[in-house]
Amino acid sequence: MSRSNEVLVEVRDLKKYFPVRGGLIRDKNQVLKAVDGVTFSIYKGETLGLVGESGCGKTTIGRTILKLYSPTSGQIIFDGNDITNLNDRQMRPYRKRMQIIFQDPYASLNPRMTVGDIIAESIDIHKIAKGEERKALIYDLLNKVGLSSEHANRYPHEFSGGQRQRIGIARALAVNPDFIVCDEPISALDVSIQAQVVNLLEDLQDELGLTYLFIAHDLSMVKHISDRVGVMYLGKLVEIAPSAELYDKPLHPYTRALLSAIPIPDPDAAKQRNRIILKGDVPTPINPPSGCRFRTRCPIARERCAEEEPVMKDYGGGHMAACHFIE
Amino acid sequence: MEKVLEVKNLHTSFFTHVGEVKAVRGVNIDIYQGEAVGIVGESGCGKSVTSLSIMRLVPPPGKIICGEIYFKGEDLLKKSEKEMQKIRGNKISMVFQDPMTSLNPVYTVGDQLMEPLRIHKKMDAKSARRQAIELLKAVGIPDPERRLNQYPHEFSGGMRQRVMIAMALSCQPELVIADEPTTALDVTIQAQILELLKQLKAEFNMSIMLITHDLGIVADLCSRVIVMYAGIIVEEGTTREIFYNPKHPYTWGLLKSIPRINILSKERLIPIDGQPPDLLKPPQGCPFMPRCRYAMRICKEQCPGLYSVSESHKAACWLLDPRAPAVTWDREGVNFG
Repeated sequence: MSRSNEVLVEVRDLKKYFPVRGGLIRDKNQVLKAVDGVTFSIYKGETLGLVGESGCGKTTIGRTILKLYSPTSGQIIFDGNDITNLNDRQMRPYRKRMQIIFQDPYASLNPRMTVGDIIAESIDIHKIAKGEERKALIYDLLNKVGLSSEHANRYPHEFSGGQRQRIGIARALAVNPDFIVCDEPISALDVSIQAQVVNLLEDLQDELGLTYLFIAHDLSMVKHISDRVGVMYLGKLVEIAPSAELYDKPLHPYTRALLSAIPIPDPDAAKQRNRIILKGDVPTPINPPSGCRFRTRCPIARERCAEEEPVMKDYGGGHMAACHFIE
Repeated sequence: MEKVLEVKNLHTSFFTHVGEVKAVRGVNIDIYQGEAVGIVGESGCGKSVTSLSIMRLVPPPGKIICGEIYFKGEDLLKKSEKEMQKIRGNKISMVFQDPMTSLNPVYTVGDQLMEPLRIHKKMDAKSARRQAIELLKAVGIPDPERRLNQYPHEFSGGMRQRVMIAMALSCQPELVIADEPTTALDVTIQAQILELLKQLKAEFNMSIMLITHDLGIVADLCSRVIVMYAGIIVEEGTTREIFYNPKHPYTWGLLKSIPRINILSKERLIPIDGQPPDLLKPPQGCPFMPRCRYAMRICKEQCPGLYSVSESHKAACWLLDPRAPAVTWDREGVNFG
């Protein structure tokens, strides 16, 4: 993949808190810290993978970068421009350049619209094309994602999960974006279909020079598709590195546990390896642990971890991790 | 070893308004005591319907058309509903995929955990409670005395799945059917649950039928694997035979379409093109034929029977016929983990 040294997307100390409602006694001050101070950059033409367990804030990051959520604090810089505080109208030109593919291909397509209209919705909004030209554009997009032009007049229910995800991809490509957030695009698909969609995403990246933020919990697929991978835990980025390096030499104890928990489809290797089984569950992001957030489940946690929050340190070659006890 | 379960020529169909969907089309399964058998396949291949058929829990409009299901020599299909109730949750129990919806939200976890003990084991409230506490301890839930009085919503996903497993184990069943027990869970929690299942299997010498689409889980937990496609078994064998010497092109495809985690260089995934057939009109020939790159003319006309590769290894593919051209399975192409 043609990764350049030019930064396309940069987030600086990004925070997104959600107010917590409900319960008998409403405590207005309670907030859920979904993303709590995350900094990273995405280079032009690369795929940055973002992994972590449910509730770690990976989806929130994706949506906040696109300004689908307004950030609580921090900065989002897209292609050199600070878009953090732009209003909806000012965001319009940027919306053409950044798109999203959603996780659930069943819920993300309007069942009352034809596939053609779904794909062309953004073409219409941005007034890109009309009439015959619009039609030609739809057909072209359908062909690009491996569907045929006669699919344009059909409705989403007539398609399988993999085909629907292709429709979702065609919709994202309609405005000719530079950057696509892929939010668990293959989690809902069967194994044999996952590979089809991943290959399609890779081909489109090569062909159109796209930049991806690939969010997933399937670590083996993330490793496969990404140039670099970031690992998140409870609203924090704990480690980020080139993907081969991360899987080969994980530094953070959470990354190690996460990698050792991946089931390996090889019976002999599965018997040999040492699994790090973490105890307990992820704590709630409403009231996260003090200091290092991973310390309640960390096999090497010491007193210092409760008192002092570790900062991201550079270990060379773009490999960064946040832990007090990395040798 | 004693045979715990024997399924013979099982056919289960769903009679929908558009016609008969033949979900399971002649499945044979043997499970011996103390072994874990994995059933793998994609959605719609009939793996869940097979397990529901064994429990006689196929929801309408589904119906078991024919076949025999022997549990320790007794045909379950000949049992009355009342007799089945004595078996479900007692001799055979099931862990469902979604721990969020398979517990009753208006009863405490303790109530639900004690129910099978009181019904099947006729325990009084006090000893059932004591037993329930033991069970929660066994599945690794801290502070079980307090947890017993809580409702399912107070438990996290992983904890709920532990409760489901505790419930399934409560009467010390001889067979546990686990239908995608970790699919809804995060990887680190999945690792905890798999470790727990392994440990419990060794402790109680029970048999496990594990239904999953994740080949990694099978490699880790099971000693034998059954691969299903479009309602039939296309290949079965020991875990090593299936992973290291697969014979069916569908199994090859499954193994090739998952990325290898320990390979540093980037390689292209090889997907299986196309989609599984519509079981409203199951094809006359091999159901995998339209997606198979080795398909021959016979594949379209006639569905292959199971060919024996070894005593434990069978595959349903015409390529195994002595008259077929030799297609060798290139190991390099497989995405081993």
